[in-house]
Amino acid sequence: MEEAGFLYQAFVFLAAAVIGVSIAKHVGLGSVLGYLIAGIIIGPFALGLVGHDVDDIMHFAEFGVVMMLFLIGLELQPKKLWNMRMPILGLGGLQVLVTTLLLMLLSLAFEMHWKMALAIGMILALSSTAIVLQTLTEKDLLRTDAGKSAFAVLLFQDMAVIPMLTLLPLLATLPVETSVSVGHTELEEWQQATLVFAVISGIILTGRYLIRPLFNWIARTGLREIFIATSLLLVLSITIAMEKIGISPALGAFLAGVVLAESEYRHELEVGLVTFKSLLLGLFFITVGASINFEILMQSPWVILLLMTALIVIKLLVLMLLARQFKMSLIENFVFSFALAQGGEFAFVLFIFAVQNGVLTDEIVSLLTVVVALSMALTPVLLIICQKIIVPKLSFGKERREFDNVDDGDTPVIVAGYGRFGQIVSRILRSQGFDTTLLEYDAVQIDLVKKFGTKAYYGDVTNEEVLRVAGADVAKMIVIAVGNQEKSLKVIELCRKHFPHLKIYSRAKGRREAFEQKKAGADFVMRETLGSAVILGREALMGLGYRKYQAHRTATAFYHYDSQHLEDLAEVWGDKQYVLKAAERAEMLEEVLKADQRGSKAMRQAWNSPVTYEEEESEDSTTEDSSVEKKEIDNKGSQESL
Amino acid sequence: MTTRVLLNLVHPIFEKSWANQAMLEAIQDLSYVHVNDLYEEYPDFFVDIQREQKLLLDHSLIIFQHPFYWYSSPSLLKEWQDLVLAEGFAYGKGGYQLAGRYWLNAITAGAAKESYTPHGFNHFSTTELLRPFEQTADFCGMKFVEPFVMYEAETISHRAVEKEAQRYRDYVESLAHSLDLFSDINEEEAS
Repeated sequence: MEEAGFLYQAFVFLAAAVIGVSIAKHVGLGSVLGYLIAGIIIGPFALGLVGHDVDDIMHFAEFGVVMMLFLIGLELQPKKLWNMRMPILGLGGLQVLVTTLLLMLLSLAFEMHWKMALAIGMILALSSTAIVLQTLTEKDLLRTDAGKSAFAVLLFQDMAVIPMLTLLPLLATLPVETSVSVGHTELEEWQQATLVFAVISGIILTGRYLIRPLFNWIARTGLREIFIATSLLLVLSITIAMEKIGISPALGAFLAGVVLAESEYRHELEVGLVTFKSLLLGLFFITVGASINFEILMQSPWVILLLMTALIVIKLLVLMLLARQFKMSLIENFVFSFALAQGGEFAFVLFIFAVQNGVLTDEIVSLLTVVVALSMALTPVLLIICQKIIVPKLSFGKERREFDNVDDGDTPVIVAGYGRFGQIVSRILRSQGFDTTLLEYDAVQIDLVKKFGTKAYYGDVTNEEVLRVAGADVAKMIVIAVGNQEKSLKVIELCRKHFPHLKIYSRAKGRREAFEQKKAGADFVMRETLGSAVILGREALMGLGYRKYQAHRTATAFYHYDSQHLEDLAEVWGDKQYVLKAAERAEMLEEVLKADQRGSKAMRQAWNSPVTYEEEESEDSTTEDSSVEKKEIDNKGSQESL
Repeated sequence: MTTRVLLNLVHPIFEKSWANQAMLEAIQDLSYVHVNDLYEEYPDFFVDIQREQKLLLDHSLIIFQHPFYWYSSPSLLKEWQDLVLAEGFAYGKGGYQLAGRYWLNAITAGAAKESYTPHGFNHFSTTELLRPFEQTADFCGMKFVEPFVMYEAETISHRAVEKEAQRYRDYVESLAHSLDLFSDINEEEAS
């Protein structure tokens, strides 16, 4: 194993990632949990495939966290960052302060020296940037209020690491052989401060004035890999510089990202780095999983579980209290608090640092490291519990009562799925005075539309009882606007079975889904991208110089014929001949579109040959013969006019 | 049986037109009438040219039932004319395929008959105002028959409307028989 070297290691990690994450994703657990479990399995305490240099690999993989922060910075213009100063300083500051104090008190209860207790409190107050941001991004929660607040807190924590690193050596109570500090210990404090200031200004100035010409120059080589190499080099340089002066590299990279957020190379940078980031971050999660020390866990499982529960509960309580103070809604409060209630990867570094400086003992640190790693691994699970069990309960209890009172189940239309799609449908119906009952399964979405004064009800539309309460017995129609084929099919089948009088209008992803829904009994199926693609095609024709009417007509023709073909092909869907017929239809459609150049000849010639009409007037034009003559005369007329 | 009369109904707010509804009701149960509701078929004005041309070819008497908007028809009928009565079909090389068929405008007008006189405020008779249709039919070799007009369609009593609708039915029936619409069918059957 050792001699097999790098390639073998890479093979093990990649295989673990591919297998672990794909399985986790398929059962709905999210990638982070997949990585963590994969890490535990290949780790020294299960299969032992990765050897014992996990710590080194983890240190390397932390570069993924740095890149993630850099990429997040790229999306955040300085102005937006400035707007976030209140949540960062207020929410983040209070979180670190209050959590530190409470954890310190708890440690004091174990009869520790107050300096030790303070160190533990500080270190454990931090949360895991990597896990939280990755999980929230994956669940598409980062843009919600809860997600933004969580990000603000994490940002403050990253900043708080700097004073912590300075403070820790001062808390030493144990004898140490050589005091270790970060950065240039030989410097005086004011020199250190000047250095930090200089480096940060350097980053900002470089980002502002040097990076653009540099990238411009590199981009002109036309070599994509060199551009990507430059991007990597940039982040790497920042990381090294930051480590030298003892600032969190992630924070430095974030800052550099923000500086570059307005540059025209922003997207190129993003595209170049995002794959590296994801892979390294995955590697990082695997190493976290692999580094959970099960030996210690086995030795004292109850102590560790108790400590972990205490850590999570205390952090949760503080976060919930603060979220309440900062006027988050109950649902957002829960998402925010559950997301941040764990120890972070900074703790690993700080624990080692604390041991080196004689602040904490090896014994305590190895115990707490396991606690932190476990709490990190548990975060995705906690968030799943929060989203699937707690949030639904919260909104169900609250909404249900009103549900019965307000609507009386008497609206003619039920709209299932009140996302962007359902909203448009519902607004059109409401503009014509049709009341709609809106059902939505995503509590955050319900909260969101409530802010705009719309009331959507929480409910799982694949549940017959929910449909009944929503008034399916008396409604005329159900619009299925959920973007999930499995659910849509379930609802269609349910309605056909229990509410056969309902007209079913449903949204489908593509052709295949549309066929399936038709087959299941939907009255009308609309492919979700057809309309917008047709409009874009129309606009594109205009952009290419078509007069608007002709562009409109061509696009409309496409829409009509394509819809018709869908109807026709639905019958052969699933047969062998389907592919053949579909290709045939596609060809036919293009022919039709080519032919439909309205009035190209007809208009001109009609008025070019008034002579024919004059001559015809006197003739009896009802017989076959005369109409033949007419054609001939008309031909002459138009030829003359040419 | 094959239908011989095509009723092209052209009304953007048919659901609110008592007169047009009554007229439709009066004749739609005639077994030889095929109703083609243009605004219902082409709400986006995307007229299916081939379908419309085939419908025309399949029928002998073509009725255009519509309100007399601005001394003419609702705009979809104009779009229909521009697209369906195309060169190579209705006229020109390979055209004149409608030759010998009959064209009937059946219109509802808001004002009274007296207003459509030289001294009335509409100055011209409906016959004169319908000339563009007459000429179009003629250009295509079709025979333009005496239009049916229901005057004061919005103001007369429901009873009167019913009566007018009955007159419409009688007129279509008499046309169907006097124009000998079924002769070619009989010939086909005979041969």
